[in-house]
Amino acid sequence: MVKSQLHNRYKAIVIGGSAGSFQGVVKILSNIPENFPLPIIMCLHRLKHVRHGFVEALSIKSNLEVREPYDKEGVKKGMVYLAPANYHMSLELGNYFSMSTEEMINNSRPAIDITLGSAGYVYKDRLVGILLSGANKDGALGMKRIKDRGGYTIVQDPDECMIPTMPNAALAVTEIDMKLKVDEIVKFLLDLAKLYKKY
Amino acid sequence: MKEIEIASLKRLTEFVKLNFGYDFTNYAMSSFKRRISRILELYNINSVENLITKLDTEKDFIETFIVEITVNVTEMFRDPSFWRVLRDDVIPGILLNHERIKIWHAGCSSGEEVFSMAIMLKEMGILNNATIIATDLDKDILKRAQMGKYTLKNMELNSKNYIRFQGNHKLEDYYSVKNNLAVLNPDLISNVSFRSHDLVKGDIFNKFDLILCRNVMIYFNQNLQNEVLRRFHGSLFKFGYLAIGSKESLIWCDIANKFIVVNNEEKIYKKFRD
Repeated sequence: MVKSQLHNRYKAIVIGGSAGSFQGVVKILSNIPENFPLPIIMCLHRLKHVRHGFVEALSIKSNLEVREPYDKEGVKKGMVYLAPANYHMSLELGNYFSMSTEEMINNSRPAIDITLGSAGYVYKDRLVGILLSGANKDGALGMKRIKDRGGYTIVQDPDECMIPTMPNAALAVTEIDMKLKVDEIVKFLLDLAKLYKKY
Repeated sequence: MKEIEIASLKRLTEFVKLNFGYDFTNYAMSSFKRRISRILELYNINSVENLITKLDTEKDFIETFIVEITVNVTEMFRDPSFWRVLRDDVIPGILLNHERIKIWHAGCSSGEEVFSMAIMLKEMGILNNATIIATDLDKDILKRAQMGKYTLKNMELNSKNYIRFQGNHKLEDYYSVKNNLAVLNPDLISNVSFRSHDLVKGDIFNKFDLILCRNVMIYFNQNLQNEVLRRFHGSLFKFGYLAIGSKESLIWCDIANKFIVVNNEEKIYKKFRD
């Protein structure tokens, strides 16, 4: 692990995932303690017309509260935010969410590129971007944006992914700081948390 | 993709406001920026400064600009459960006290929601009791809304929504197919009045029993949301209803205490204080 990337100036963790990412997400959430010092912002591909069930499914395993934020809701640490069905979810300067119903991107709404890209813009070098298993290239440009703005980038090790298309697409378009297995991602996040005072 | 500077976006919005009277200064930043990126890409313009020049020299380009800047992605019967609540609770509630019902679709876009409303009211047997006004900022989209032509691909989704809404018929009963497009029966909207209206600066022009403004204010910042909500409040009869998108909320707005929540899941509010 590159120690210099472990510091307590991060403001948020953003995670993208699609096909094959659910188990990984559950493993991450079930291992993160309830006093985690950062917000975890997730954009996971999901059925457009099923509004219910996803938050509930993740909540069962999570020590942190999982919610789909409202438009213009402020970002708080120690929360897990999930992009709602049929909306794109962006971060705004001022540290709050905004929703939109723009065109689908990569056949997806929510699109990972939008959440990751806008988070990269807002948090700059104070962001950790994590891209998990998935079957298309959504999220690759979002990861590039995070990297270009100075953020730290992690993809799930393609060898571990059920479907590695998404991490591989990110590896192809930008420099990725770390390829980690889900267990190592958990360890990274826990090590990170230890650096924060109130933790 | 080059990062668009906020300073150049400000120059653009000031220019558009000064020269064309459209005010985008209080639009939500990240989606507005994406719309601008999209225009630059679509029309092969390499900077915001050159977009300003194009708007300055090609007088008609502002129309294109408005079309592209506004998000016109919508569905018929979006959130079918919302439409069921409208049909089973809200509309019958209004008709208890009024013989006629006045409805405003604020930001009607390409008309899907207006047609959904007309179909629902027709199935309830009260379409002729309704006065419907549909407004949008974008004059071109209003023309499209009145044509009621949608791609067959979109109709697949619309039909699925209609089935989930549990309508009395089949959606196919309400349109014919011409040149690979579904053409909605124009009788449905014969008493709908379509008007150009900018929520950002528009006055209160009428009073309504029901205002639908779903997934429109998400493109505004909170200041503008507050202003628009004050005008909606002023445009509602006492005990009139306001419906917003499922991921919008009145919680943070100044005027929240003048509304009560009728259905939190479907984001339907009722004005109970003047």
